[in-house]
Amino acid sequence: MEPFRSVTGAAAPLPLDDVNTDQIIPSAWLKDLNADMAEGFLAYMRRTPDGSPRSDFVLERPQYAGAPILVTGRNFGCGSSREHAVWSMRAFGVRCVIGESPAEFFRENCLKNGVLPVTLDAERMQRVWELVERVDGREPLTVDLEAREIRGPGGISLAFEIGDAEREALLEGLDDIRMTLKSLPAIEAWEARAAKVRPFLQAAIRKA
Amino acid sequence: MRPKPGEAPVGKTLFDKIWDFHHVATRADGRELLYIDRHAVHELHAPHAFGEMDAKGHTVRRRDLTLVVQDHTVPTRTGMPLRSAHIDATRLAAQKHAVSLVDVASPEHGIVHVVTPELGIALPGLTLACPDSHASTVGALGCLAFGCGTTELVHVLSTQVMALTRPRQMRVNFTGRLAPGVGAKDLALHLIRTVGVDAGRGHAIEYAGEAIRALDIEARMTLCNMTIEWGGRTCLVAPDEKTIAWCQGRANAPSGAAWDEAVAWWRTLATDADASFDREITIDCSDVAPQLTWGTDPSQAIGVDEPVPSDAQERTTAALGYMGVQPGAPLLGVPVDRVFIGSCSNSRLPDLRSAAAVVRGRKVAAGVKAIVVPGSSTIKREAEREGLDRIFLEAGFEWRNAGCSMCAGANGDIGEPGERVVSTTNRNFENRQGRGVRTHLASPVMAAAAAVAGRIVDVRDWLPAETA
Repeated sequence: MEPFRSVTGAAAPLPLDDVNTDQIIPSAWLKDLNADMAEGFLAYMRRTPDGSPRSDFVLERPQYAGAPILVTGRNFGCGSSREHAVWSMRAFGVRCVIGESPAEFFRENCLKNGVLPVTLDAERMQRVWELVERVDGREPLTVDLEAREIRGPGGISLAFEIGDAEREALLEGLDDIRMTLKSLPAIEAWEARAAKVRPFLQAAIRKA
Repeated sequence: MRPKPGEAPVGKTLFDKIWDFHHVATRADGRELLYIDRHAVHELHAPHAFGEMDAKGHTVRRRDLTLVVQDHTVPTRTGMPLRSAHIDATRLAAQKHAVSLVDVASPEHGIVHVVTPELGIALPGLTLACPDSHASTVGALGCLAFGCGTTELVHVLSTQVMALTRPRQMRVNFTGRLAPGVGAKDLALHLIRTVGVDAGRGHAIEYAGEAIRALDIEARMTLCNMTIEWGGRTCLVAPDEKTIAWCQGRANAPSGAAWDEAVAWWRTLATDADASFDREITIDCSDVAPQLTWGTDPSQAIGVDEPVPSDAQERTTAALGYMGVQPGAPLLGVPVDRVFIGSCSNSRLPDLRSAAAVVRGRKVAAGVKAIVVPGSSTIKREAEREGLDRIFLEAGFEWRNAGCSMCAGANGDIGEPGERVVSTTNRNFENRQGRGVRTHLASPVMAAAAAVAGRIVDVRDWLPAETA
């Protein structure tokens, strides 16, 4: 996984609650194995049915082209667990999502793709909204994972919390599978025990 | 054992019992490694996941505990070639990695959440991983299932464990009895509108209470299927005698002495009286009417006899605008263009039977395109043996082959812009069933009645006199 240390750039505000992953990547982009994921990102919000850009949508405004930071409403990424949502967001250029309460599957998928999900309480979220709306993409924000802070123009800084383990995994780009396989002996021991106490748990699947 | 005065409760929840049994180790980052007894994968993710396995040089650790299914992209129209890029790539990957594949032409083919219980792959007390947010459908059997993304799918393939943070726990107690014409789908929608779309965040849910005990297993699956629609991480229903009877004789269920031992274990899988939950909710079912969504998330639901909300919130206005429904007016009488009966929410035999009972001897209204897509080929065969296909076909429904179809639209089964669909699926999101398509979630009987009437109706008016 590509490590995440910090990101600096435009922070695009998307102040909608409960944006679901069907909105983030519509199923039309799931049908093609080699679909252009960046094109599919929030496709129906960014473009009209005839394919022309909606110039009033935040990500279609020039200062937010390729914005690496997305500021979201509550429960962002709810619905389907499709990881394509994070892939499309990354392909578009977003490396950090800030919100009060991202949906669980979505947050997990971010962590596994080197995308930093920043979760803030309502009070700090309000300050981010104010900052982002005031700056309106004309000046960059920095989200610094090492320092656990968001910095903006005029020396503004705002701390955020993230667990040490998640922070380290992102900073180092740690491989989840390698981390788990350190427990391989415990996995094997569990299997041996299960085979003894409840053998049907370890019985091979039969199709019919 | 009850705690002594002053002692903390010692009881375990159903969730605790299954989780603790499957706990393997705690990883360096604090995540708990949970052993996965059964891993079911579908073709929307399989090509990406197996591609990643190849790229990283990983092998499938327990091929014998892994099952691959084709469901999301499978064409369902009779006579269409059963192909898609995903289907072809998944078949090749399954062959290469030597894992079991329920392929499109197999007699067991169907939606992963329907097929795993049918084959006895999902069973009480087991853990199951599936890269799909509706994995918790099989919680209805007391099988602890976790959905996940593609990267986690690669992790499970490579290790046979999931690295999870132990969720908080919530119990939802359903009291009272459901009225005739009201079923598990109505219960799910009523619950979601009551608690909101993110109330379950971070929680494993246990559905309990007399109304749950009264539901048949398939109806419990409908309720469990909708858990993610209010943010729940997973869910369980304690196995009971209905569950045990349902599982007996299935292809992967134990038999002989092993069956007796399994049953003895399953009978211990209930929440202890002195166990505690982080949150408890009680829902009275007695007054629940058939539910229908009016908006663009599953909490935007009303009883069929209620008016659509007329508040001025931006969110309500946006949903009303997309859906083209009038604030303050009932949905009754609103004309429909399509009806879809199917999906992992409502495509099982009792769903089809109840819909057929409404349709029998009637005709689909002129101009309405109505389709039935059974959840599996097994269900399709059984339905045909009972003559349900004839009832639907004679009424003017299409009787399709099994698959996810119009639920996710990933096989191209979608509506036209502006069309209004009454759908037995689980998501009424904007554009989910096709760009600009307006989805009203409802039960199979409500969908069937809408197909016949050509407009939204109250199915309770259609019930035979003896049940009404």
